[in-house]
Amino acid sequence: MSDTDRELRVSKIRNGTVIDHLAAGQALNVLALLGIDGSGGEGVSVGMNVPSDKLAKKDIVKVEDRELSQSEVDVLSVISPEATINIVREYEVIEKKRIERPEYVEDVLSCPNRNCITNAEEPIRTRFMVLDDGLRCDYCGEIVREDEVPSRLDVS
Amino acid sequence: MRQDHLISATQLSRADIEAVLDRAAEIDADPSAWQGRHDGSILGLCFFEPSTRTRMSFDTAMKRLGGRTIDMGAVESSSVKKGETLADTMRVLEGYADALVLRHPSEGSAKMATEFVDVPLVNAGDGAGQHPTQTLLDLYTMRQNAGLDDVTVGIMGDLKYGRTVHSLASALTNFDIRQHFISPESLRLPRSVRYDLHESGAQVREHTGLGEVLGELDILYVTRIQRERFPDENEYLKVAGEYQISAEDLSAAKDSLTIMHPLPRVDEIASDVDETDHAKYFQQAHNGVPVRMALLDMLLSEEEAQ
Repeated sequence: MSDTDRELRVSKIRNGTVIDHLAAGQALNVLALLGIDGSGGEGVSVGMNVPSDKLAKKDIVKVEDRELSQSEVDVLSVISPEATINIVREYEVIEKKRIERPEYVEDVLSCPNRNCITNAEEPIRTRFMVLDDGLRCDYCGEIVREDEVPSRLDVS
Repeated sequence: MRQDHLISATQLSRADIEAVLDRAAEIDADPSAWQGRHDGSILGLCFFEPSTRTRMSFDTAMKRLGGRTIDMGAVESSSVKKGETLADTMRVLEGYADALVLRHPSEGSAKMATEFVDVPLVNAGDGAGQHPTQTLLDLYTMRQNAGLDDVTVGIMGDLKYGRTVHSLASALTNFDIRQHFISPESLRLPRSVRYDLHESGAQVREHTGLGEVLGELDILYVTRIQRERFPDENEYLKVAGEYQISAEDLSAAKDSLTIMHPLPRVDEIASDVDETDHAKYFQQAHNGVPVRMALLDMLLSEEEAQ
């Protein structure tokens, strides 16, 4: 059985984005990253711990009528570097791309250092430099390890 | 120096540091030659938390260069009290001064401020983050007393929250220096500083007791163990005594050991150490003026050249 056949276990979408090959356990973090909690009425399918030839187990998130912003893709690259993004139109995958780790991610994470200036009421966005195994606040220098990233998602 | 601002010691190369220290030595050799060099220039002193030495040494440095200073005064009597953002305050003050010095309780504040001003800005301490001008005067003092290569330095005290330590540790990686960090477990260097040290390939060891390493040291840099940082007073009392030194404690040290401290001290260095040849902390404090004169001269000269 191919990955594609397995994906069919999660309902196909007509138009939107399929985020595939997510590290197992990251699907809910991806929903948090995208600000999806069900209240917006989006059509969302989620597969968790789906068998995968490449990853043994993986998560899949399918979102109807939604494309990811670059900053969302950037954070995705940190919490799940193996993920792929498939753009779907009329049930067909028209574009399939691997994500690349960016140099910086902006405005999607909050700094865990409560005394960082980004946590004050100042007119600035957060900005984190992407390290090999985490992120670093560009203002105060605080380091956030990869496994801490989901808890720092600032999707408010 | 090529930078318009001095925010962090991490931005300083060995060449940058040596340029400032060499200029400071020139100033030290003939201070009168520098009087009037920046006639008419104005330095804005923006201190959002209390400071004595840093504020006064910047004030003195600017005046000895012939310039003047303006001071936003105490936060309690400023527009900050009305809720003005730091960004707005700095945007206003840059219109009044040719350069700004900022001390602020939040980490990253100086970095943020540079995004809102065009005049040179110097970080005079941002929370537990960085204090790069203190580091420059520390290095100047080290160079005067022990040199900056093939030297063993011990840094002891509050390594977690001590911004002078964070800046110094970073700057020392530019030189052939073995660094020993001595602190209670709860006040070890923060992850970000350890990361930088590791990335730079610095020779670093950590200890919980000074006795493990005292005999090897050429320089001992002491900082205050900050009682208020401990959630439990008993935890503080357990460690406080181990990080205090007296003249008697130094019997195992090299005769040439240089002891430094960014000041103010409380009880971590007993007053009988002051009478020994080891004590250089007052010399260190005095060095703040020529070093800050050198730095301001370089930043303002660059500004005038534009």
